[in-house]
Amino acid sequence: MTTAVLPSPHTHGARPVSQTMLLVMLALLPATLSSFWHFGWPAVYLWLVTIVACVLAETLAVLLARRPLRPTLADGSAILTGWLLALSLPPWAPWWIAAVGGVFAIIVVKQIFGGLGQNVFNPAMAARVVLLISFPLEMTRWIIPPSLGSGPGPVEALAITFGSPSLADGISGATVLDPAGGGFDVFTYSLGHHAGSMGETSALLLAAGGVFLIVRGVIGLRIPSAFLLGVAVPAALAYTLVPDSQPSPLFHLLSGGVMLGAFFIATDYVTSPSTPLGQWIFGLGCGLLTWIIRTWGAYPEGVAFAILLMNAATPLIDHYTRPRIFGRRRDGHSLASEER
Amino acid sequence: MNLSLTPLTVRANRLMQRWGVHPQDRKAPASGTAITPLPLPEQLILPLSQHIGSPARPVVPSGARVLRSQLLATAQGRVSAPIHAPTSGTIVAINSAPIAHPSGLTGPVMVLEPDGLDQALASEAVDPFTLSPAEIAERVAAAGIVGMGGATFPSAVKLGLGHNQPIQTLVLNGGECEPYLSCDDRLMQERPEQVIDGGRIIRHAIGAERIVIGIEANKPAAIAQMQAAARDFPEISVIKVPNRYPMGSEKHLIAWLTGQEVPSTKLAADIGIVVHNVGTAAAIHRAIRWGEPLTQRIVTVAGGAVRTPLNLEVRLGTPVSALIEFCGGLVSEPARRVMGGPMMGIAITSLHVPIIKGSGGVLMLTEAEIKPAAAATPCVRCSACVSACPMGLLPLEIVARVRSNDLAAAQELGLKDCISCGTCAFVCSSGIPLVQYLNHAKGELAANERDAKKQAELRALAEARSERLQREARAKAEAAAQRKAERERARAAAKAAAAAKKAEKAEQNPA
Repeated sequence: MTTAVLPSPHTHGARPVSQTMLLVMLALLPATLSSFWHFGWPAVYLWLVTIVACVLAETLAVLLARRPLRPTLADGSAILTGWLLALSLPPWAPWWIAAVGGVFAIIVVKQIFGGLGQNVFNPAMAARVVLLISFPLEMTRWIIPPSLGSGPGPVEALAITFGSPSLADGISGATVLDPAGGGFDVFTYSLGHHAGSMGETSALLLAAGGVFLIVRGVIGLRIPSAFLLGVAVPAALAYTLVPDSQPSPLFHLLSGGVMLGAFFIATDYVTSPSTPLGQWIFGLGCGLLTWIIRTWGAYPEGVAFAILLMNAATPLIDHYTRPRIFGRRRDGHSLASEER
Repeated sequence: MNLSLTPLTVRANRLMQRWGVHPQDRKAPASGTAITPLPLPEQLILPLSQHIGSPARPVVPSGARVLRSQLLATAQGRVSAPIHAPTSGTIVAINSAPIAHPSGLTGPVMVLEPDGLDQALASEAVDPFTLSPAEIAERVAAAGIVGMGGATFPSAVKLGLGHNQPIQTLVLNGGECEPYLSCDDRLMQERPEQVIDGGRIIRHAIGAERIVIGIEANKPAAIAQMQAAARDFPEISVIKVPNRYPMGSEKHLIAWLTGQEVPSTKLAADIGIVVHNVGTAAAIHRAIRWGEPLTQRIVTVAGGAVRTPLNLEVRLGTPVSALIEFCGGLVSEPARRVMGGPMMGIAITSLHVPIIKGSGGVLMLTEAEIKPAAAATPCVRCSACVSACPMGLLPLEIVARVRSNDLAAAQELGLKDCISCGTCAFVCSSGIPLVQYLNHAKGELAANERDAKKQAELRALAEARSERLQREARAKAEAAAQRKAERERARAAAKAAAAAKKAEKAEQNPA
């Protein structure tokens, strides 16, 4: 008899990490396909370049660290990071934006900290912020989606993604998050036919993907609902008090990166708190900071900054929101103890 | 029966209890089979350590002929249990053999070769309610009864608890929350009167007011039978509890049934509650009513690799192989052989391992049933373990501390409150054996504490010694000083006397 001595439990009920990643990608698919539809071939190329850059960077890092390549690549986390980063980029951005962002996300934000599970900041959001600060011009060149069929073909699009940046200039339009300039209506913003980051324009499809993840138990209810509340409540208050200068809460919810952030980025296991109360605080903080940065900050969009700030606060939140241990009071003393 | 009488506060408390997991219970098909007696095997291997506490000490020599129920090995110390002959025959060896042990070790055993006659010692039947609580505890101790749910803590020790503080409630644990196992289910279905009577005997011994029996909802037939058997006893309520692992954990069953939480570092008895497994209650019934020591138990044989899963009534010491053979053998090579349940049981390496008092199940599991993670991958902090932990711990954080050898930090996070139920490892999406780390760390901590205690004792001894030496030195010095003073006084007196004499002489001879 040669069975090795094995520890209990002798049965397992978990979904492996790689399957979780696949489900998240599945949930992102509708919004991604819709963005391809709206922004055309340049968006497809940019998406591919970002993912390839992330996977190559991951390969390089793992080889340098002399760790086994297969299990690391098989977890699918590099693909997902690339995918999320791509969705947060201007759809007609040049290829090197995607490449620099992907490499930065994987090497600097993730692998230098020790790889999967060890990073403090969400790699896609950290890369997006670094790109925004380093290349403000390329990162704010928004495209008004061409009317269907009139966009560049697959060959033309190569020139936009891989050629000279001036080509894209001709079609760039109003800045995102400027309700006066863009002309906000709920229908357009829900379906995504407006200027914005590649995968952030279709609020409805992103929310549908998020609900799918909640139903499948991949993400919890706490962080997304707290995030949305954190944006909507102060926005509604401000809108009620000064309706002339403040955009409606609906605009706040449906525009920019709120839906992508609330359902797909803030819910990143690694960089969000693991305690139930901590998740509420984290989500509320993300939402509130987003609204504050949007309202008073120098940048029009605040989702990425808000999430990074709350990422930094995560260890602290976890420390102060530990659940009560069975048989103990919240302060850690036994229920039987008289000590205060 | 008393479901409608459950106080609202208890019900509100239940809503707050969100711990645990729902593994597939896989009780069928074994749970549908009646308890079948297993024929005597060729040899019985009786480990001397079938319980928590000191191993038993053999009292019959190798070569002796023994009768069923005869004492073979006696308890050593307060927390220990004796071992009796499960049938008549000859003790052919007292040596060591493979036992169910987490690291696959061998242990001391007595080997009994049955003669097939199954002759028993004359036994004495008594009315338990004429016995004093102390007499019941004595008889239970003498019968070698230990916790049959798997914990194997000597039951008599728990019966004695009633002497120290008042006990209001006796809880009988019919949770049986481990997947596959149905030995308690069958016992409650087929012999409910034994369980109820055993419960009443325990209640008499500990002086409890009421008996609450908690049974998981996946055992409707057992609940019905137990309710019927308890009908005449108003002090007994049979309560259906939800299927949830680890509902059979003493603390969690108490919390569910009574709304009371056993304080950390305290025992259930400290809040007036004592818990016994339903199998233990039946064993106590047999020991007291029929004078029968614990020499057999019901074992569920199950798992995808077993041809015909069954519930067998087995003499202690029967090798696992005999059970498997009786169940039609194996249909495939099992990926894991387990004694106990799949959540907390022990993987065994040999089918020669014998059934002992705490063995509720023998599982031959296929690869598909185990669903093992290929290899542990890094923790992604998905916090599934946090939601599932029945103790409200943060397993991922504690294990991170354990891995960096920071036991103090792990303890600060509540390491000692871990009940080793394995829920965290069950839900871990990275396949990390969390509970193994936790068990290891608890072992280290206990060892460190023993060392620290020993050192403190040594230090106290050394301090006492140095103090004594100082005291002695002081006393010696004082004595010496006193002697010196006395000597000087004497000398001074002598001098004075001499001087006086001289003066006298001078006076006498002035010239």
